[in-house]
Amino acid sequence: MKTQNQTYSICGSSSGPHFPELSNIEKQLLNNFQHDFPGTSTPYASIAQELGVTEQDVLDVLQKLKKMGTVSRIGAVFEPQRIGTSTLATMAVPAAQLQEVAHLVSSYVSVNHNYERTHHYNLWFVVTAPDDEQLESVLRDIEQESGFPVLSLPMLESYHIDLGFELGLDQKK
Amino acid sequence: MVASISVVEDLCGESDDSSFVDPVDRAIIVETQGGLPLVSKPYHAVAIKLGLSAEVVMERIRAMQRSGAIRRIGAIPNHFALGYKANGMAVWDVVDEQVDALGHQIGRLDFVSHCYRRPRYLPEWPYNFFVMVHGQSHPEVEKKIEEISHILGADCRANDVLYSTRILKKTGIRLK
Repeated sequence: MKTQNQTYSICGSSSGPHFPELSNIEKQLLNNFQHDFPGTSTPYASIAQELGVTEQDVLDVLQKLKKMGTVSRIGAVFEPQRIGTSTLATMAVPAAQLQEVAHLVSSYVSVNHNYERTHHYNLWFVVTAPDDEQLESVLRDIEQESGFPVLSLPMLESYHIDLGFELGLDQKK
Repeated sequence: MVASISVVEDLCGESDDSSFVDPVDRAIIVETQGGLPLVSKPYHAVAIKLGLSAEVVMERIRAMQRSGAIRRIGAIPNHFALGYKANGMAVWDVVDEQVDALGHQIGRLDFVSHCYRRPRYLPEWPYNFFVMVHGQSHPEVEKKIEEISHILGADCRANDVLYSTRILKKTGIRLK
């Protein structure tokens, strides 16, 4: 694969020991194309032109970043409230049963995020469904299957415009 | 679920600006929610699978961006894999009369990735204001949370930080 070999330490220090070593083109793809994905029919060629590399380079690097897990996907971030309905739900599960309940919750297709967190309410997950009725039915089902009550905390107001995530990766243009 | 051909024929001519997606949009969402294909012409590849033209797929995606159904398109980084191991969900009990004004102020901070008002659930859950803060370490996240607490000032009655200890599942939304 033809990527630039030189790598840069991120934030100029060793404060992030877990940062993977990323090449310049990898950083540019991560930093600059989280929301400015070209609206052309050949977006990867457009990115390549902007970065001064070939389309194949861009495809290879994105494939590699996906394989490494650095990039989850190249695609759209949908607004759940506009294509259906969603909620942030939480449960307080005793440690001994957490693994089992977490597995149960993750097994639902309508659950797209599921995190263990440091709190009495230790399982936090996002449920998305086409309508309120189906959302409620999933929540009731999880309660019944797990035997633990679910707290549903739907978004009432969003105060942030999602422009992606500032990674603060050093880079050269 | 994929829109039936008749629905596709009925609706593919134009996209209205209603706030909810129609069956054609939904079919495009289902096809692309795992990511766009890494091929030279990704929209053409999606179009072929759905029996639509690439122009319709692209126009529908543009329309969903305009309507807000799509927030953004691009590379979706995995913060955790990139070294942002500390992910704090900071929650506050902010007085109802002030929460909107303060929310807009905090939503503008560059280190804030999500900032929402949610319902309280008394007595179990007293917090109505949620902010996601990512950092490379817990002290870094705590410093940022401190900054938010400072802005909230006396309008905040209580707060807590919930760190993620395990990511059990993380995908884009999945429609059947």
